[in-house]
Amino acid sequence: MTDIRVARRALIARVLEGDGEAARSDRRAAYEDAGLTGALAALVGKVAMRSAEIDDADFAAVRAAGLSEDQVFEIVVCAAVGQAARQHDAALAALDAATAAS
Amino acid sequence: MRLSILDRGHGVGAKLLFAAIRAFSRQPAPDTVKLVTYRPDFFGDNMKRVTDEAMRGPSAWSVGDRELMAAFISNLNACEFCIKAHTAVAARAYRDDARPAAVLASLEEADISEPLRATLRMLAKLTRDHALDANDMRAVLAAGVSRTQIEDALAVSFAFNVMNRLASAFEFAVPGPKAFEAGAKFLLARGYR
Repeated sequence: MTDIRVARRALIARVLEGDGEAARSDRRAAYEDAGLTGALAALVGKVAMRSAEIDDADFAAVRAAGLSEDQVFEIVVCAAVGQAARQHDAALAALDAATAAS
Repeated sequence: MRLSILDRGHGVGAKLLFAAIRAFSRQPAPDTVKLVTYRPDFFGDNMKRVTDEAMRGPSAWSVGDRELMAAFISNLNACEFCIKAHTAVAARAYRDDARPAAVLASLEEADISEPLRATLRMLAKLTRDHALDANDMRAVLAAGVSRTQIEDALAVSFAFNVMNRLASAFEFAVPGPKAFEAGAKFLLARGYR
């Protein structure tokens, strides 16, 4: 079987805890899709739940709020990785529940 | 791209890579390559490791099956670049253009194995509803899919639920069919590293 556990852990640790242009607290909040406000919360929420609906105005709004392009890059990456990780964890938990009960 | 740094902010090494891609494939570097080579220490290097293991690591699923899962998930996330890219790789891996198109058109009617269909059904629910329960997994197991096959399919799902979101958010340019053919040839020969 494939084993992405080590690589997944490294990916998440790097974007959340490593050096970056965005504050670690904002990267964490984007990853969790929780605790942000205003334009940043709107963009992060769309990345997590409705990414096909993102438009130029979402990016213009976070840039107008003072974020640099590198900060936006990091925040969007954290939001995408966070939602994918939550779905992955939920599915693995469902698999554990299914195999434990059988 | 909605961020100019992802088009033009790369270092010398990445720019040389883009020139090599243009020279060998006669196509510009795709936006996926631009994304994973921008500040690769932050995201791209680790993401390539995740994706290569999920898509090319040892698995009971064939490369074609996993590329089909990638195209299928991308379709549910409405990510045009990723749908076209991975439909092309799946078709090339299967040596069958019709199968990926049939699955994307109608999962229930497509001519594929029942274990693969049950797995794709589960991936559809996860991608659409962002959640699953034990009964969903029991249905996949009952179709004859092993636990490790489910874990392998979920690894594909993790990788593409990241990349679909980023391709849509950053607005990857969608090139013509020749570019996706060149990309598919490369991804089958070299993987995602």
